[in-house]
Amino acid sequence: MPIIEIDGQQLEVAPGATVMDAAHQAGIAIPHFCYHKKLSIAANCRMCLVEVEKAPKPLPACATPVTDGMKVKTHSPKAVEAQKGVMEFLLINHPLDCPICDQGGECTLQDLAVGYGASASHYGEAKRVVKEKDLGPLIATDMTRCIHCSRCVRFGQEVAGLMELGMAHRGEHTEVMPFLEAQVTHELSGNVIELCPVGALTSKPFRFAARSWELSRRKSVSPHDGLGANVQVHVKNGKVFRVVPQENEAVNECWIADRDRYSYEALDSAERLTQPMVKEDGQWRAIGWQDALERVAAKLAALREAKGADAIGGLASAHQTVEELYLFAKVLRGLGSEHIDHRLAQAGATVGQGARWLGMPIEAIGTLDRVLLVGSTLRHEQPLVARRVRQAVKHGGQLNVVHAADDNLLCRVNGKLIARPAAWVNALAQIAKAMNAEAGDVQVSDAARGIAESLLSGERKAVLLGALAQNHPDADRIHALAQAIAQASGATLGFLSVAADSVGAQLAGVLPGPNGLNASAMLAKPRAAYVLMGVEPELDAYDSAAARAALKAAEFKVALTAFKSAALEDCDVLLPIAPFTETGGAYVNMEGRLQAFHGAVKPHGEARPAWKVLRVLGNLLSLGGFDYDSVESVRADALPQGQANIAEHLDNAIAGVALGDLGDPSATEAISRLGETPIYGLDPLTRRAPALQATAGVDGAVAANAAMLARLGLEAGASVRVRQGDASAVLSLHRDDRMADGVVRVAAGTALGARLGAITLERA
Amino acid sequence: MSLNTPTDKVCLWTLDHDQPASLATYTANGGYEALRKILAEKTPAEQIIEQVKISALRGRGGAGFPTGLKWSFMPRSFPGDKYIVCNTDEGEPGTFKDRDILIYNPHQLIEGMLIAGYTLGARAGYNYIHGEIFEQYQSWERALQEAREAGFLGKDILGSGWDFDLHAHHGYGAYICGEETALLESLEGKKGQPRFKPPFPASFGLYGKPTTINNTETLTSIPWIMRHGGQAFLELGKPNNGGSKIFSISGHVNKPGNYEIPLGTPFSALLEMAGGVRNGHKLKAVIPGGSSAPVLPADVMMDCTLDFDSIAKAGSMLGSGAVIVMDETVCMVKALERLSYFYFEESCGQCTPCREGTGWMYRIVNRIEHGKGRPEDLDELVRIGNNIGGRTICALGDAAVGPVVSFVKHFRQEFEYHIENKRCMVGG
Repeated sequence: MPIIEIDGQQLEVAPGATVMDAAHQAGIAIPHFCYHKKLSIAANCRMCLVEVEKAPKPLPACATPVTDGMKVKTHSPKAVEAQKGVMEFLLINHPLDCPICDQGGECTLQDLAVGYGASASHYGEAKRVVKEKDLGPLIATDMTRCIHCSRCVRFGQEVAGLMELGMAHRGEHTEVMPFLEAQVTHELSGNVIELCPVGALTSKPFRFAARSWELSRRKSVSPHDGLGANVQVHVKNGKVFRVVPQENEAVNECWIADRDRYSYEALDSAERLTQPMVKEDGQWRAIGWQDALERVAAKLAALREAKGADAIGGLASAHQTVEELYLFAKVLRGLGSEHIDHRLAQAGATVGQGARWLGMPIEAIGTLDRVLLVGSTLRHEQPLVARRVRQAVKHGGQLNVVHAADDNLLCRVNGKLIARPAAWVNALAQIAKAMNAEAGDVQVSDAARGIAESLLSGERKAVLLGALAQNHPDADRIHALAQAIAQASGATLGFLSVAADSVGAQLAGVLPGPNGLNASAMLAKPRAAYVLMGVEPELDAYDSAAARAALKAAEFKVALTAFKSAALEDCDVLLPIAPFTETGGAYVNMEGRLQAFHGAVKPHGEARPAWKVLRVLGNLLSLGGFDYDSVESVRADALPQGQANIAEHLDNAIAGVALGDLGDPSATEAISRLGETPIYGLDPLTRRAPALQATAGVDGAVAANAAMLARLGLEAGASVRVRQGDASAVLSLHRDDRMADGVVRVAAGTALGARLGAITLERA
Repeated sequence: MSLNTPTDKVCLWTLDHDQPASLATYTANGGYEALRKILAEKTPAEQIIEQVKISALRGRGGAGFPTGLKWSFMPRSFPGDKYIVCNTDEGEPGTFKDRDILIYNPHQLIEGMLIAGYTLGARAGYNYIHGEIFEQYQSWERALQEAREAGFLGKDILGSGWDFDLHAHHGYGAYICGEETALLESLEGKKGQPRFKPPFPASFGLYGKPTTINNTETLTSIPWIMRHGGQAFLELGKPNNGGSKIFSISGHVNKPGNYEIPLGTPFSALLEMAGGVRNGHKLKAVIPGGSSAPVLPADVMMDCTLDFDSIAKAGSMLGSGAVIVMDETVCMVKALERLSYFYFEESCGQCTPCREGTGWMYRIVNRIEHGKGRPEDLDELVRIGNNIGGRTICALGDAAVGPVVSFVKHFRQEFEYHIENKRCMVGG
């Protein structure tokens, strides 16, 4: 290990480390702009020039490798002179419009100019002015402020995997811009806002809303996907102004997805439910909490009396905290019902011995040698897992895919089987058979053999089941075959947990009991009463039409919800609950990590944390055991030893699945629907975030490949009526040759039937 | 003349012949003999590099780095692809020698690249040709075609079992692409911007593979060296400055053009060859090595010999051998304005000091030239120059500073006169 001296301090550093690394190790700050620990070294800002003994010129600390015996001076007169020289150049064409710049107060250029800038400028010429760019609804630009550090460009190339920003022109005329007036569409695009050291790229929804020093910072956890990205919620006067990443190397590194960043806008949506409502004679009326809860308790008790506990079903969202979910299940079970579930989007997977989870740490994804990704529209389901997968591929890993659409994963895909969802069981059986695993009678294709060979090589491997695999009508067989493949190849079997608290919901018992019905069954065989928490059934359910019908038919529906929703119009009572920023609690993410957080602001209006609502409801129903005085005391019951014993309750094994007829993938003439949860339709918050909803690609469209269009006699751009059973919708038709033959993509949330069921199309 | 006899016309000897560029002329006069011998005898690479080292051949593109040493950096035993790249991105104002090689003796360059490729273990080579010279690009492509048809390129060259091919890449005219790593970026299809070094191209070059990049004239000298030995080449010039070199003399001389003369020739002799200063005017100043070389006043220059060491000692550099001659009618402010505009225009914009500083320097010089100079401007120019020099990713920053600082240093009076009187000192 080389030993160097930095500012007089002797230091042993790792071989291959740079002077910048050594300085970090020694706790010495070297000013910099272009350097970022997660990005490649550009060495273009020149701010980190330091004096190195025996070097004739100052050297950039970020790009200079240490050598044994090197003597570095980071703050010597020579180094500081170079740094000040660079600062002068950076400022001559910078507008110095700090008073009207959103970055003011959190600007690296502003901060460093205090130490390295002069009080007056020698530059008296006209300053450069750069035309604004339209990067879409999320990112505001003031390109005149750009100092050309290229972090945003490198982020696109290296982290996002999609270069949407580039440096055009040269010399003084260099500009960061998108391609051909295109916008920035990547699901991680907002991260360029933190990367930008100046006010060139800022948050559009946050623009001119507050000053950074006025904002209080509260640590929290993103309530969206199963990654559980750590965030900071920035608040002022009881209002959430923005959400930014909180670094956690093991979970989200220093990134968050755009939906983690911008969903906060929904917190102030006009649709927020701020007081309890009851429906009387078809009209909504506001009432007090006491009345509302007594009414609910009385109605549930009466229904149980009249029709038995079997008549009551409970559906809760896995975007709720583990405490809320635990009490939800406790109320339902207290009433005697076992019809409890959080897996609304699933057609009916079997409940396992333990909670389904990733099977490994999130951090391990980035170092996988081999991956088989089954039924996952990964970039939409898990934007940051997709980033880790790209990282693995970049390091030489091989990604293999089974899906119905050959979507661009922004990295090299080694092998793929792109087929209609109904053919996935067959596809997996082929891969298993090519590995000599017990998989029944199938013809092994070359593609399957290639994937098998890939998975049989390499060291660190995983078979990952995405949301579509979990939602699939044949989820158990897919699971069993994935397990067989994992066993035969020595891979870890993992589930990409869809929601922030998917694992927590399972641990909290929001699953059907021994004789209970799962979510789909509960909606297919309507109950007399439904207790709903955080769900919008027709948007969340595997079968929208069934959900809608079931709710309509039920005699009594009560929803704990943060929003008034068209999907809850058929309810009888709406109880306003606090979203994640307004209540404390915890989520358990896909790797089994318990992440607790506190509320950042007070609940809006009369809204109450759901755990308090359920506590009162439990008491009103005289269920016993509801005397909680804090969210921590609920957690202590839900997860008795906290993080310590979560691992014992995680289990991805499945047994006793008969493989039966594996089918012929080419047999059917019917058209399959590929109904994915839209990236910004994951939960009630994302659905109501205006900026997210304004991004490109969020539209109700049908996509099919050219052959399908030809066969149907339809052309791209046509209006088509899609039909599933009695449900139908008119949508515009797009051509997407990445779709498998026989498949049309129609997002979930459209008022249709089964997400992965048969569908017909006709000209509207 | 021919390649068979060791004359001091190393690169441009074909000018004696009717069809200087043709394969027939080249082969009839000893062309491809060195290659033939190397392939037949399977000369070990170490021996070839040793001869290049003995020759004291120094890079003809401007930096004057010893070619033999550069070749020895190449990890020849590295498994996988390696490349040899010829830098014909001749964009330095004042330089026009490499284009003549492509027009008049392309086959010697092909042979030089073949020998380099053989020595360095490359299977493919590229010639990156400046975007603003098209005729030369065509001439090169013609020569490649001839060589390929004659079996000098392609598979199993001259029955040796060795495969090698060459390709042309026509640039788009950016000066920065003459910087070797920017050239590689451009060759890869990216924006021409220099890479930070280390790693150097010898370990991480074209497509991330070991790569050696040499100037056109450098590579063209190789067959001569292999034919007559490194010692003979060295003896053409002077110690540490082997061989002849093409000097592109331009400006206020009677016969501007390319002159291939031994290194160490007195400047006065070159000036005489070029017919002396035009119209009997007095010599005022000379930029001895292309526009980025610091300017030298007449008396200093007249004492110099034309070799790397002599010019360096005088405070400038031999560079690419582009000698720009200025007579007494030249306004040094106007001349510097033109030069500093060039560097402002050609800065790639990647790193801060060059992106921001070249424009600032140009604006100040422009201001002085247009009668709006201020007394503090000259110190300011030097201060800005010092803030750029040595602090950039590539040498363009230094190149932009060289003229500014040297013009102000040697002709300060003229600048001061301009500032004070708002007009030129010369020419009324």
